[in-house]
Amino acid sequence: MSVSAVERDTAIRHIGDTGALIIIILLVWQGLYEAVGDVALTPPVATFANAGALLRSTSFWRHLDATTVAFLVSLAIGSLAGVAAGLALGFHRFSGEVAEPILTALYTLPKVTLYPLVLLIFGLGISAKIAFGIMHGIIPVILFTMSAVRNIDPVHLKTARALHLSPLQTTVTMLAPAVIPEIFTGLRVGFSLTLLGVIIGEMFASQRGLGFLVINGINTHDVPTMMAVILLIVVFAIAASTFLLAADRKLHRH
Amino acid sequence: MSRIARVQLAVIIGFFAVLELLTRLGAINPLTMIPPSEMAEHLWRLLWEGALNAPMAQTFVNVALAFMLSVGVGLASGLAIHALPRLRRLADPLLASYYAVPFFVFYPLLIAIFGLNRWPLVAIGFVFGTAAMVIATLNGLDRVPRVMRKLARVHRMGRLEEIARITMPAAVPHLFTGFKLALAYAFIGVIAGEFILSGSGLGHAIAYAYDSFDNQTMYALMLFVVVLAITLNAALHLGEQRLMRKRRRA
Amino acid sequence: MPQPHARLSGVTKLFETPQATAVHALGPIDLDLARGEFITVVGPSGCGKTTLLELLAGLTSPTDGSISFEGKALAGRVPPGVGVVFQEDASLPWLTVWDNIAFGLRRAGVAAAEIRARVDRAITFMGLSGFARSYPAQLSGGMRQRVCIARTLVLEPRLILLDEPFGALDQQTRLLMGDELLRLWRESGATVLLITHAIDEAVMLADRIAVMSARPGRIIDVVETGWPAQRNSRIVEDEAFGRLTAHVWSKLRIESMKALGRDDAGNPRP
Repeated sequence: MSVSAVERDTAIRHIGDTGALIIIILLVWQGLYEAVGDVALTPPVATFANAGALLRSTSFWRHLDATTVAFLVSLAIGSLAGVAAGLALGFHRFSGEVAEPILTALYTLPKVTLYPLVLLIFGLGISAKIAFGIMHGIIPVILFTMSAVRNIDPVHLKTARALHLSPLQTTVTMLAPAVIPEIFTGLRVGFSLTLLGVIIGEMFASQRGLGFLVINGINTHDVPTMMAVILLIVVFAIAASTFLLAADRKLHRH
Repeated sequence: MSRIARVQLAVIIGFFAVLELLTRLGAINPLTMIPPSEMAEHLWRLLWEGALNAPMAQTFVNVALAFMLSVGVGLASGLAIHALPRLRRLADPLLASYYAVPFFVFYPLLIAIFGLNRWPLVAIGFVFGTAAMVIATLNGLDRVPRVMRKLARVHRMGRLEEIARITMPAAVPHLFTGFKLALAYAFIGVIAGEFILSGSGLGHAIAYAYDSFDNQTMYALMLFVVVLAITLNAALHLGEQRLMRKRRRA
Repeated sequence: MPQPHARLSGVTKLFETPQATAVHALGPIDLDLARGEFITVVGPSGCGKTTLLELLAGLTSPTDGSISFEGKALAGRVPPGVGVVFQEDASLPWLTVWDNIAFGLRRAGVAAAEIRARVDRAITFMGLSGFARSYPAQLSGGMRQRVCIARTLVLEPRLILLDEPFGALDQQTRLLMGDELLRLWRESGATVLLITHAIDEAVMLADRIAVMSARPGRIIDVVETGWPAQRNSRIVEDEAFGRLTAHVWSKLRIESMKALGRDDAGNPRP
């Protein structure tokens, strides 16, 4: 059997396994519904239908837009600032070594504790949400970028010098390919955390957005809408993460 | 103390010193932030008065429950998944996308199911921490050197004995990483849940203080939670260092 | 003819690869081990030496043929009385040197006083005195291997199998460890089979040398050294040493080139 045939078989197996997993989750969901009832859950089929209905409703799209804008802005700022800071701290050894334990400690803090501070600075609204998103997502980007830079094999730099490469050529041909895979992993982790931060922010600091819709569902006892929104968020999160993971693997294979 | 540690201490002290200065000078609006010294003073008073005893107890119990459940279930699941390849094939995609899902969206759902009590909080902390424990367990079991498995067979050990005497001790460093993560996540999950929607606990106390415009109490509590989180994690880290010292290559 | 201590008869081993083809790793092999002899197995990389050892130990089963130890066929399990020292470091990092060595004895339910006696003796014998309370991580590679050998020794096995035990050590340490191994062999009276890729080691230590071919490994020659039991590393001064080494190398050289040639042609390594 050729290698590509084996790879194809493995891919088919993966899809089969994932399919089996999804079926199991749906069955457990249905089972929970039977046990708990309408007061707390909606069953899978109904939830999918509701989600479809939401996607066709304009009021939902307004909330979706609010979340999307906040998310994309946080992602952009967090990624750029994170990579920049990570590069700086990575190249300047001493600063990096000083900063790393501090950043790791910040990472394990319940960032929720700092939310009131953010609200006091930014007030309620989209800037606060963006701040939350950045707060959650920036640290892994910095840490991974730092690590990527520190793991650059000195051999690369020596080779570049031996070949008389200019700084630009060195960066493009030697350094960038060495650091990009790990930086991408950091961005991938940052992506999920930024999403989390924005949604949590919406859950208590906003009147618009998907997070708000979810909390609102509790307040108005509207379980079907709540579950439909949760479903959409989860599906998006998993789809995006799977795509990023595949890209991550491709990058690392080089 | 190493040079790095001194600089770190200087950075942290410097940070708080700057905050203190700016808040006292009024450069930072006192309605936005109070001086760190005031935060500490107010916190001390609250602790002394015992005002924090009830919320601390609530949070502590929630975190402990979430932590123990996630470690127990995580360890057992990790062992099971490792032993059964079919189960592992199912679990792998689940674990890969697990942390991509913003679990907090399930929080209201959990409230709908369990009611507005401690169980949604424990559940969130549990859900957060379990996967980390499972992944750490799998990592540890995967990395048991092949030669150790052969050693077990040379000593003619049964499966259970091999797991108890060789596999688990060999996996301990990784398991410890799982403990650390499970605790951090349990703590984060519980506090965040208390903050967002709960009637008790430290997280709730912070939200309540915020809603009541009681900056002093709010900041005191925030300081407390930050110190608590850092202390817990540092304690586990130190514990790990001591336990693993003898196993580390000199 | 006294019954052989261990016997391999027509033993062949095939491995399955992910591509579902079978790799013929070893055999057919016929080899008898006489009780109390010291036999070394030498061969090019990938010839299946480790597989041979694992088959003899009962760690794996042959695809064809039979293996017996003390007259009883192996049933896919390691029989009692067999000790193995692996190529990789198998010292248990969470136990002290003392506890490592006592490991097997404790499991066997031997009396505490007996355990203490045996372990203390092994520690002295293997030159580990003063390190009883240390952890493997604090020791050098050579000392860790000594711990593994001591751990095997205290169980008083009748057959000791060693898979390139000194592979990670420098030449001088190897020679000295070889001396220790010979001492151990004389004191215990066990049958010893040692795998190595170092020809001088194979010739120096052995009563008999089994030379293996490139994959699939077969025994192409068995050389008797005729050394006295009271030998050590200074045997290299003996005139016969050079002759034997040259003889073994002349057989091995062709096989080693075959082993290299295979890799050049792009066939998968085992």
